[in-house]
Amino acid sequence: MASTLTASPTAKTEQTSVRRRHVFDLDDFTRAEIGEILETTASMKEVLGRAIPQVPVLRGRNVVTMFFEESTRTRISFELAARALSANIVTFSARGSSVEKGESLIDTVRTLQALGGHLLVVRHSESGVPHLLAQHFRGSVLNAGDGRHAHPSQALLDLFTIQEKLGQIEGLKVVIVGDVLHSRVARSNLWGLTTMGARVTLVAPRTLLGPARHWQATWPSVTISDVLEPAIEGADVVMALRIQKERQEAGLLPSLREYTRRYGLTAARVQLAAPHCLVMHPGPMNEGVEIMPDVAVSAQSVIEEQVTNGVAVRMALLYRLAGES
Amino acid sequence: MSEKQILSSDDIRRAVTRIAHEIAERNEGVRSVLLVGIRRRGVPLAIRIAGTLADIEGVRVPVGTLDITLYRDDLELRGPAPVVHSTSMPIDVTGRTVVLVDDVLYTGRTVRAALDALSDLGRPARIQLAVLVDRGHRELPIRADFVGKNVPTAGDERIETRLIEVDGGEDGVFIVRE
Repeated sequence: MASTLTASPTAKTEQTSVRRRHVFDLDDFTRAEIGEILETTASMKEVLGRAIPQVPVLRGRNVVTMFFEESTRTRISFELAARALSANIVTFSARGSSVEKGESLIDTVRTLQALGGHLLVVRHSESGVPHLLAQHFRGSVLNAGDGRHAHPSQALLDLFTIQEKLGQIEGLKVVIVGDVLHSRVARSNLWGLTTMGARVTLVAPRTLLGPARHWQATWPSVTISDVLEPAIEGADVVMALRIQKERQEAGLLPSLREYTRRYGLTAARVQLAAPHCLVMHPGPMNEGVEIMPDVAVSAQSVIEEQVTNGVAVRMALLYRLAGES
Repeated sequence: MSEKQILSSDDIRRAVTRIAHEIAERNEGVRSVLLVGIRRRGVPLAIRIAGTLADIEGVRVPVGTLDITLYRDDLELRGPAPVVHSTSMPIDVTGRTVVLVDDVLYTGRTVRAALDALSDLGRPARIQLAVLVDRGHRELPIRADFVGKNVPTAGDERIETRLIEVDGGEDGVFIVRE
């Protein structure tokens, strides 16, 4: 295609495939759009490696992080990402706010809009809250994790890390082991991985897995198993999910020790995977429960890279939404 | 739509050769020079200039790539944000004579963004600008040090550069009127 030069440099850079105002999950992302985000992420990672890791692109934009559920890495990751793009960042804290006086979520969002917020980054323990808030907000909403529904920025950083380390995603065998039933990370990764052409196997005790048809209704290609060893054989990526201690109290697990014995990522189990197999974990880890400490820091572990890449991925997402907010 | 060719592939080849000679002359050699192509079509032009410099000066001049998307001043960002492509410098820009290379100089806004991007990467000793075509209509106080061809244009015309590395086919520069 020939170049077109007009008054604005816009014409020099090809436009992205779709317009997008919000990110709730990866279910409505095409392979092309994910590819564009991963490419932009690589450029953002280059920015983060500079002596002055900051670019002016979001100057004057107000990004508000609203975390109604505890989080360290995701919130800080979004805030560092917004700063690296020169946005103004405001941290909304439910504690000490008018939410305690009974102001509803929707009123709060209207107030943030009136105050000049452009982009909301929302985490909530209830599925669907980001979607609800977006209906009452003129700017953009980015889901930073809602209930068991979705965690799109985590899935994108996982995709980026896999592509960076293994050079591709298509055709890879990916095993996700842990509490997939309650996991938003597993669901968003299923969308992202299957869209990019990976083969995904979910492994969990039956109580944390649910029926196969439940998964296959949405992701027909997914494989389900309640035994880890055969599933992990030849895997290119194995991702362990955090086991919440409450699951034991709820009667879904006989004991954490029992879980570890059958599903814990040990060095011996990782040996069954392909020699280049990546070990991943979205954090925070229960070392000694779903993953052994030696596996977490082994040469195959990319858990630290996942955290580092999270900032670059969130820069790419904030940048992409800024045009529509 | 009408289209008029203003540079043939031979014209482009000669312009690149002349710019390379001028860069070497102005800088008394090219030992401190770093060529930096502005994406996209500045990049193959910078590589071509480096090739000519290798022939005439016997020195392999490093070539960097600059994506200015994150420094644009028209990012009220209405509309889809463009993909940000990679920026890469083979060496530190600090202390170097950086020659920015682009295909067309028009308003100067792209160059302004490139200057900002470069200064975030370090502190070059000096920055010069080489363009294949200067079509006028500057909106900022920016001028080129090395120009392939000055082309008077009207505001409703577009300049299209076609380079085989990016566009395939044959090299050429055209004035297009809608």
